[in-house]
Amino acid sequence: MNLLTDTLGMTELWANVVIMLIVCTIVFAVFALMSGITSWAERRIAGRMQSRYGCNRVGPFGILQFVADAVKLILKEDLIPDGADRFLYKITPYLCLMGVLATLVVLPLGSRAMIVADLNVGVLYFISITSIVVIGILMAGWSSNNKWSLLGGMRSAAQIVSYEIPVAMALLTPILIAGSLSMGDLLDSQGWLPWEWAAFQTPFSALAFFVFFIGSLAEGNRTPFDLPEAESELVSGFNTEYSGFRFAVFFMAEYGNVFLIGLSTTALFLGGPNLPGFLQGNPFLSVAVMMLKTFFVMFVVIWLRWTLPRFRIDQLMDLSWKYLLPCALIAFFGQSVFMLVAHEIPAITPITAIVVFIVFLLTMVKFFGRIRTNYKEQSIPVGLN
Amino acid sequence: MTSELKTEHITINMGPQHPSTHGVIRFVIKTDGEIIHECDPDVGYLHRGIEKIAESVTWQGFVPFTDRVDYVASMNANWAYCLAVEKMLGTEVPERAEYIRVIAGELNRISSHLVAIGAADMDMGAITPFVQFLREREYINDLLEMICGARLTYNYYSIGGVNYDIPEGYSKKVTGFLDHFEVAVEQMHRLVTYNQIFINRFANVGAVSPEMAMDYNFVGPNLRGSGVKYDVRRNKPYSIYDKLDFEIPIGTASVGTLGDCYDRYFVRVEEIRESVKILRQCLQQIPAGEIQGKVKNAIKPPVGHKYVRTETPRGDTGYFIYSDGKTSPSRLKIRTGSFTGMSIIPELARNIFIADLVAIIGSLDIVAPELDR
Repeated sequence: MNLLTDTLGMTELWANVVIMLIVCTIVFAVFALMSGITSWAERRIAGRMQSRYGCNRVGPFGILQFVADAVKLILKEDLIPDGADRFLYKITPYLCLMGVLATLVVLPLGSRAMIVADLNVGVLYFISITSIVVIGILMAGWSSNNKWSLLGGMRSAAQIVSYEIPVAMALLTPILIAGSLSMGDLLDSQGWLPWEWAAFQTPFSALAFFVFFIGSLAEGNRTPFDLPEAESELVSGFNTEYSGFRFAVFFMAEYGNVFLIGLSTTALFLGGPNLPGFLQGNPFLSVAVMMLKTFFVMFVVIWLRWTLPRFRIDQLMDLSWKYLLPCALIAFFGQSVFMLVAHEIPAITPITAIVVFIVFLLTMVKFFGRIRTNYKEQSIPVGLN
Repeated sequence: MTSELKTEHITINMGPQHPSTHGVIRFVIKTDGEIIHECDPDVGYLHRGIEKIAESVTWQGFVPFTDRVDYVASMNANWAYCLAVEKMLGTEVPERAEYIRVIAGELNRISSHLVAIGAADMDMGAITPFVQFLREREYINDLLEMICGARLTYNYYSIGGVNYDIPEGYSKKVTGFLDHFEVAVEQMHRLVTYNQIFINRFANVGAVSPEMAMDYNFVGPNLRGSGVKYDVRRNKPYSIYDKLDFEIPIGTASVGTLGDCYDRYFVRVEEIRESVKILRQCLQQIPAGEIQGKVKNAIKPPVGHKYVRTETPRGDTGYFIYSDGKTSPSRLKIRTGSFTGMSIIPELARNIFIADLVAIIGSLDIVAPELDR
């Protein structure tokens, strides 16, 4: 700031604009890179799960595949279907991208200092700005002049609007723990040990974590909730008619969304970038920790997509309104009562957290035991050759 | 002032180019967005006039065309035609050839059912199981390639026997595959068939009662899915099926109503297990001997007609042949399971979700070339 005003003789207003542009460019670059890498990771992981290689041509392990794809898409013809609402059709992809991108303003890429703007209503902003995506998808469906696109858009609107409610409700629980809506305070309220994370503090916050994760899968249109773009039903959903660069933008928004699911889950529930006391605040380590956790959550999201079938629209709505919303309310109510009790008996807080974490660990051990059984069984060779 | 909002149903084309129609089939759907009010299947996009072609080729020359009637299970299609001509001629097929025919036919039945259940899974959005089922099918393709050199359209059965003998050590290879397959397939069933989301999608959807199934002339796994125990291999045995020990799986309404999509799906799963049993028996019992019965080069069946039924993966496939004593059929009519399966769709697709229509098409195992011929 001083550099710009003193040395280059800019007014304060212009200096602010320049700084803002630089920060935006960095955030956008990180986002674009991340969504590209997510798409690469998805294809590699899917390949592994399906006994094939996945992309391995461009660059080492095919990691530059997304660059090649982007170049190809940019070079393609930008087709607008006959009878489409040209203006809406053109601006829609950017609206979708904006809804996803704008959340990065409040989400931390590293420690508290690395949040672009630590708003005092950060969580609220996060919830509301993601809704812009709905408008984008609805507009894409409507303006394409394609009935399948329209159905995809309508489905998506219904789905995202209904899942926003349990997600927002579930977010109340970490907000209660932190006592603040600011993302920085939410990070500070969690520790570096797993039982100090918001997800494992009480059974109620674990429930809220569960609801939040499922809800964000649905908001991100990921299997088992990928109904808006259900290939076997709606061809390709709302983006059927899009081609070239506009499709690339949709694609980027979609995979950026996966990155956002990982980022927000990590920041809100999985302890964020917190490190042990003597390392706390180290910028490189905190980015590394944050990214590791994010990538793990992203891996789970991708893993689910390539494992599960998809819901039907009524089952999807049932899940949201009949199960997730009550669960989120129970989590909120339970957490409030728990905090009242913990106020009287402070010792209860760490004990509950450790018990919840142990239960979680036991579940994981059982789960990986099952995977091991499957893995052992499969090793009967065919011996055809 | 209140004004009524005018609403109307939209008419929408599902197909002929649509990811879930398993080939080129078209459905004209009247829908309000999610609920289908009317569905009109439009068939004929893959009509190649195979029945008419039969009238201009020789009796043996038609065998490769039967491959194209049902390319997912062309061994069985070959078999159905050859059996019909043999019945007309009164040819005796050597016992070894019969065993080889059952081995090839049952291997092909497994591979066809793998495609059917895999495609049904993919219609439900589970892509990985489909790829893994196809991976197992790949081994079967290898096995069939060993006996006839082809991987999809085999042209392996000849009138009076089979074209080539099985190679040495073949039964060991098939047994090795079956040992692997039984375990691997169970694993995939744990991944998708017993998955609660999948069961929710298939249970209670598109239920066909036994009476309705018979009224609509269902055949094969679709009929048995409705709880009717009828299998041509048992009820009107041909070849050596009466010597073999196997069960006929029927729908049991294990998770929903009788005859729903899940029952039809699960009958196929069970049939794969039964086919494995049949294969093991055949590999043990196969005798040495000839593989080709005595057939003249220029076949001229006596004047008359014959209708012969066989159990193919898509059900009771019948070949009606009318011969006027010449070197090619005078009229040939093929009756296939996909066609009768298709005829029930307008009845089932009323007031259901679009996603349910996809499930119904998937569970009926409709193969477009067999439908249109």
